[in-house]
Amino acid sequence: MDLIASHITHRFGDLAVLDDVSFTVGAGEVVAIVGPSGCGKSTLLSILGGLLQPTSGAPELRGAPPADSLNPLTFVFQDFALLPWATVEENVEFPLLHTQLSAAQRRALVDDALRRTGLTDFRKTYPKQLSGGMRQRVGISRALAVKPAILLMDEPLSALDSQTRELLMEDFVRLLADGGMGAVYVTHNLEEAARLADRIVVLSRRPGRIREVVTVPMTRAARGEAAAREKLLALQNQIWSLIRNEAIDAEREVQHA
Amino acid sequence: MLDRAPGDVTSKDDTTRRVRFRGAGFVPASSRFGGWIALALVIAIWQAAGSAGLVNALFLPTPSAIARALYELAISGALWQHLSASLLRIGVGWILGTAAGVTVGFAIGLSRLARSVGITFISALFPIPKIALLPLLILWLGIGEEPKIATIALGVFFSTAISVYSGVDAVPRNLIRMAQSFNVPFATIVRKVIWPGALPAILAGFRITASVALLLVVSAEMIGAQYGIGAFVLQAGNLMQTDQLLAGVVILSVFGLAVGKVIGWLETRLLHWR
Repeated sequence: MDLIASHITHRFGDLAVLDDVSFTVGAGEVVAIVGPSGCGKSTLLSILGGLLQPTSGAPELRGAPPADSLNPLTFVFQDFALLPWATVEENVEFPLLHTQLSAAQRRALVDDALRRTGLTDFRKTYPKQLSGGMRQRVGISRALAVKPAILLMDEPLSALDSQTRELLMEDFVRLLADGGMGAVYVTHNLEEAARLADRIVVLSRRPGRIREVVTVPMTRAARGEAAAREKLLALQNQIWSLIRNEAIDAEREVQHA
Repeated sequence: MLDRAPGDVTSKDDTTRRVRFRGAGFVPASSRFGGWIALALVIAIWQAAGSAGLVNALFLPTPSAIARALYELAISGALWQHLSASLLRIGVGWILGTAAGVTVGFAIGLSRLARSVGITFISALFPIPKIALLPLLILWLGIGEEPKIATIALGVFFSTAISVYSGVDAVPRNLIRMAQSFNVPFATIVRKVIWPGALPAILAGFRITASVALLLVVSAEMIGAQYGIGAFVLQAGNLMQTDQLLAGVVILSVFGLAVGKVIGWLETRLLHWR
């Protein structure tokens, strides 16, 4: 199943946020979206996931989702969006409650998702008892439980410290490694984009337009090797040079807002 | 050098000294028995002052006289007669007002139309002292229990509706968006996200409405009732039986405390995740 951003334009009142953004995320492909602050990255993701109606244009799906997918487009949120009154397993089970699955089937999906994210021993704990990294694991586990075709990840690591970020990054690489699941990964962190994505969509300053689409010139599996580091660093520098001046302008704009 | 006092700049003193602790205070914590000890102390001083004749018993009877009046009320059966009448009015009025308030509060919290209409009416009617409506309610509903119960229900309704829609508004939008992103149906979002998310505000509202109900039942009973704690207090005042009057006040205080304990227990049970 492909996800297509088709000529998406969006305005909040008089404020133009996105202008004619079009690209396609193929099955199993990971596309990162980067750009200066306020360029509309998160707005674009909300539109792609059907949480926000664009002013014009539309997100489209092409092809059938995997047969076992309960929610083909599934979000992983920056702030985790966990129900604080529910335990870890209740949070993971939450999106399954309204499905036609039996209790045993739900239980199996929850168990599998918890196992894949290393949360089996924490199933009875509440979010407030967990660290930020563990909370995001719960968010990922909840997303995996519905067997998504494409993960929509909105800066999923930005609220975490650098060590936790590194550990979760390794988890993302592992989860996306088999190509069975694609992702749209919104980030301001170019290292994350270069390590995870097959293609990087670079947006301009507001209103966000596609400035360039950069293809990462190596497989995701090859990026863990020492020889790849230099190339990835060069890629990051290339993207940074594209957005640096606009990022400075955007920061000044935010400060004066 | 903004981080140094002027004297430090030229100081050549190299002796070590401990940094003065400046972080004390502003962390109020109540001790477990402090309140009870203070209460016992006040009662003891009150009793001693009354027994020594420093206070006129007509204006302020001693705690022992109030306890005696309570005991006599209890064994004569009058206490239960008055208490049961008040409890019935509070119970029915509170339940009716709460049911209506929760329904309207949720409607205002969830529906644009209900919000537009409901907030206008609530803003206009909430400030009216509900006891002022009792004569009108007597005209409409007769002189029985109905106008007293309706007065309590009205008072409870407005506070409940406001606390419920404020609670619904306070539910983090990201949780609702999360649920929508998983195609969770509206009814399930209300039941599994909005209801538990609004519950802290709703329970806080219950504390307020319990006090409102108590206030209104006493006021309503003072205006037009034969039985009830309010009527009893008024009668005792008219007859200058201040020990009985204060016995009625003690009953009201104990009732208020008991309701507070019940709501506290509910909060512990239902909001254990906080």
